[in-house]
Amino acid sequence: MSTPYAKLPGWVEYGLIPLINLAVAFLVAGLVVLLVGENPLEAAYHLINGAFGRGEYLGFTLYYATTFIFTGLAVAVAFHAGLFNIGGEGQAYVGGIGVALACLWLDQTMPWYVVFPLAILGSAFFGAAWAFLPGWLQAKRGSHIVITTIMFNFIASSLMVYLLTRVLKPLGSMAPQTRTFAEGGQLPKLDWLLAIFGLDVGTAPFNVSFLLALVAALCVWLLIWRTKLGYEMRTMGHSPSAARYAGMSESRITVITMMISGGLAGMMALNPIMGEQARMQLDFVQGAGFVGIAVALMGRSHPAGIIPAAVLFGMLYQGGAEISFEMPSISRDMIVIIQGLVILFAGALENMFRPAITRLFAMQSRRAAVVAQTKGA
Amino acid sequence: MDFFHVIVVLLESTIRVSVPLIFAALAGLFTERAGVFDIGLEGKMLGAAFAAGAVAAVTQSVWMGLLAAILISIALSLVHGYASITQRGNQIVSGVAINFIVAGSTVILGEAWFRQGGRTPALGEGSRFQTITFPFADSVREIPILGPIYSDLLSGHFLLTYVAFAMVPISWWILYRTRFGLRLRAVGENPGAVDTAGISVIWLRYRAVICCGILCGFAGAYLSLAMTAGFVKGMTAGKGYIALAALIFAKWRPFNIMLACLLFGFLDALAIRLQGNPLPLIGQVPVQLMQALPYILTVILLAGFIGKAIPPKAGGVPYVKER
Amino acid sequence: MDNIAIELRGIDKSFGPVHANKNINLKVRKGTIHGIIGENGAGKSTLMSILYGFYQADSGEILVDGKPVAIRDPNAAIAAGIGMVHQHFMLVENFTVLENVMLGAEDSQILNKGIAKARVELKRLEREYALEVNPDALIEELPVGLQQRVEILKALYRRADILILDEPTGVLTPAEADHLFRVLEQLKSQGKTIILITHKLREIMAITDEVSVMRRGEMVATRTTAETSVEELAELMVGRRVLLRVEKGEAKPGEVKLAVEGLTVKDGRGVTMVDNVSFNLRAGEIVGIAGVAGNGQSELLEAIAGIRRAVSGSVHLNGKPIDVTGHADPAELRDRGLAHVPEDRHHVGLVLKFEECENAILGYHHDKRYLNGVFLNIDAIREDAEKRIAEYDIRPPNPRLKTANFSGGNQQKIVLAREMERGPDVLIIGQPTRGVDVGAIEFIHKRIIEMRDQGKAVLLVSVELDEIRALSDRILVMFAGRVVGERDPDATEGELGLLMAGVEGRKEAAE
Repeated sequence: MSTPYAKLPGWVEYGLIPLINLAVAFLVAGLVVLLVGENPLEAAYHLINGAFGRGEYLGFTLYYATTFIFTGLAVAVAFHAGLFNIGGEGQAYVGGIGVALACLWLDQTMPWYVVFPLAILGSAFFGAAWAFLPGWLQAKRGSHIVITTIMFNFIASSLMVYLLTRVLKPLGSMAPQTRTFAEGGQLPKLDWLLAIFGLDVGTAPFNVSFLLALVAALCVWLLIWRTKLGYEMRTMGHSPSAARYAGMSESRITVITMMISGGLAGMMALNPIMGEQARMQLDFVQGAGFVGIAVALMGRSHPAGIIPAAVLFGMLYQGGAEISFEMPSISRDMIVIIQGLVILFAGALENMFRPAITRLFAMQSRRAAVVAQTKGA
Repeated sequence: MDFFHVIVVLLESTIRVSVPLIFAALAGLFTERAGVFDIGLEGKMLGAAFAAGAVAAVTQSVWMGLLAAILISIALSLVHGYASITQRGNQIVSGVAINFIVAGSTVILGEAWFRQGGRTPALGEGSRFQTITFPFADSVREIPILGPIYSDLLSGHFLLTYVAFAMVPISWWILYRTRFGLRLRAVGENPGAVDTAGISVIWLRYRAVICCGILCGFAGAYLSLAMTAGFVKGMTAGKGYIALAALIFAKWRPFNIMLACLLFGFLDALAIRLQGNPLPLIGQVPVQLMQALPYILTVILLAGFIGKAIPPKAGGVPYVKER
Repeated sequence: MDNIAIELRGIDKSFGPVHANKNINLKVRKGTIHGIIGENGAGKSTLMSILYGFYQADSGEILVDGKPVAIRDPNAAIAAGIGMVHQHFMLVENFTVLENVMLGAEDSQILNKGIAKARVELKRLEREYALEVNPDALIEELPVGLQQRVEILKALYRRADILILDEPTGVLTPAEADHLFRVLEQLKSQGKTIILITHKLREIMAITDEVSVMRRGEMVATRTTAETSVEELAELMVGRRVLLRVEKGEAKPGEVKLAVEGLTVKDGRGVTMVDNVSFNLRAGEIVGIAGVAGNGQSELLEAIAGIRRAVSGSVHLNGKPIDVTGHADPAELRDRGLAHVPEDRHHVGLVLKFEECENAILGYHHDKRYLNGVFLNIDAIREDAEKRIAEYDIRPPNPRLKTANFSGGNQQKIVLAREMERGPDVLIIGQPTRGVDVGAIEFIHKRIIEMRDQGKAVLLVSVELDEIRALSDRILVMFAGRVVGERDPDATEGELGLLMAGVEGRKEAAE
């Protein structure tokens, strides 16, 4: 069973099949809309209009997309080394500590462009630290990384509740959150970017961390395809035996990969904390770590695929809000269903339609061969 | 309130919160011992809880509710089975997908059908499980020690509670004393051995997945038909993952599972009890530490620092005939 | 002719382009031990898997006791009275012997009754065939020989009249093998029919009544064992192939480049795969290691290359030790002048999903030439790859093509180019031409000779005896993990064949 499926042209492999999988996921989601007694086409209209119809809507869409680019990249980096990091949620949550500490320390004395780099380092550091232990346990003790990262998500959640209710909360306040940051702890909006296209960002929290996300995507691309470390990660991901033959250290690569992955997940915290709320609240991650799995699967772990996939999910989150406004029986939880369906059809069932498509192409090439023959004669 | 009474109350609530864990962890036991990893316990439980709440509310029958819970949970299990057994997809990815699909659709459908903010209508007496009081429970309560144990600890639970505890020896019996169990354990260790013995690996694994569905159905029904009167959105609140942790902590063995679930349930009950009260000798313990303890313990176990949890050998690997 | 237990008529089976069984006809007489012999890849195991219902034949017929039967799955085979002892045991390791024996033949839904019955039945089988084993022992705690006995008991428990054993002695010590043969004799005397698949001539001669020879998917001959000879079988097995001719001059061996001393390697189960092997490899010579696959050659190569840890012994490269029993690092060995063409290019030597140029640096990616700090110097990598492609005539000449899209011969050239072109002192090569087309074979052989003439030391492992004879200056023959003899390349095929089959080796090693 070394080659279970016949080879297909590149555009089918990387274009058609993912699109079919995505289309099926949306079709099933459409069925749910029907089940609820609404018109799926109308829902689709509200979705797209709600996501792109106005500058403000677009701003929200891109704000969400920023978050998902980070978590999607985090999952993708681990995938390349053959690791399944399901702990992006916890790593992002803990990464928030780094952001909060930088802001609480300097927000009143320094401008944002001094605080921001420190917050980036802090978020990446805390996220990486939270991923280090599962990586180390996998490398040295053989504990299954999927299970440990799940466990670490819950541990992170308890840890953060503790920190936010006991340590980081200002005295005398009841709400489990840090104090609101001064100007130095708030990221400027990218209103000028949308203004170029004649759009008004309005109240949307579309901020500079979007640019950081794009830079991160570029860096991940460089890391995976242009550095020695990335080369080693990919070798291990494709073939551990070849990695051993080439003299690469599996445990070293595992630990480093997990820390990079965790660091990227941690940087997600910048967007909601410094970019929107100007404080760290309970549960600010809101499942973005898991959305990262869907984004990475859909984007085939390539930054060029992850960015559009993240925008798609940003669209779902923002447009979904709009649908629930226009069609009360469809709440934002519709997004969660679509997300699950995308993970199911683009991930677990990614090969479901492949045999049929392969047959189709085999038939066509045979027919083409026959035609060529008759023409020749 | 004397110390003994506190203990009884604590243990009583331990039992109450352990029941869904026991059902779900036993459900995981059946699939994982057959070589199919399942992190979708949470989703199946949630789907079952919703189905139970919805159907019981509509039909006014607790039994129809239970039946619906089991059927929905089996259906979800079959999706997981189709992805991981037939399509040989990634079992982790499939489990994650199911958790999301259920988390979203229970809210959407619940809101569309009942319009109560994702809840199902509160269930009346006839359409939910009632506690069972043992004979003479009230009259013997005054007897020291044994009285409260009989009246408060053993008596006064839901039918499903007793079923859950009965399921422990029953699961053990099925796995270790029946032909089906022997084959199921074998297929999780070496599917080649099962295949060459003339048994269908695929059908066997599907049956294991169905067993998992049935038990998750009970877990969900307990949540919405017994523990509370109706479905509340997201009511599993991570119990599926705790059950998964308990399953690993118990090293995939039925009686250990019961103990692990009781331990994790006890920590939960204790955390609620201790809120704000210092513990003798240790002093104030953060509630969050108690809540995280099951996960921390499982990680330590997985790291091999307290014994070694060895998962079924063929777990997570789709069966492909060798060439 | 009513004493035929099994008859195969015109069995044909292909796996994609591989024609594994071509129109096989075979008759096995009742109450005999029938050997099936052939080299690795001759199609023996495929044929037996068809007989056991694991695969379906594309065409052909199976007759049991003269009646045609359709064997669609192992169940049907079991029902027809066929049992099989697989090469890799099909046992559940954390089950007891009793549980393994019962699995699939439990009698009733509830185990209790079945267990009691199985215990009695097992006792009877033990008595009847002298197959003692503790029914309550866990498989993982049993030595390999006893595990195999459980496999035999499994078949007998299912009332098999026909027993197929696939390479049963591969994992056994000589003493265990002798015991197995006594058991087989016993079974035969009780009227069972036994089919013994092996590539070891000694076993065929020692125990079988009749022997059939397979070669390249075809059944080439059936002989009565008493009327044939080892020489005849060896020749039938190998066939009279067109001798490969490679132009090469005298070797001019220089100083010792690689010194192997008392090297011993065990596999994961603790079975000794390389047993106290010693030899020297000099500059400017090719030493070939001949042997039937599975006799320790692979493990020997891997231990020298630092991929597999040895239990004891030493290896010196250019006079300096390699830490073969500890932390030998393949990357460091490359720097010290050891190049390694692994046997399995699909999983070890190449990453099939990589572009050609990415595989061209596998293992040499630390080389400063390919790096700009932490970054890969893509231009340098592609430039080098293009040069190699031209020199080795790799087609299609596209360094950016996915490696999986190259043919076997071109994939092998990618590996060879990578390992040869950095001027290593020592080159160790496993199966240089497996799955490679004829044109490429010639090219690869020429290159290997050129390496020798440049004064490199070459260690060559191949299951193709012709290749070994054509290229080597000295030939070492491995059997059961030991070097059982050294020969000149002009030794006859028959002489080497006997050594490879372990027939004469025992004597020589003892001397």
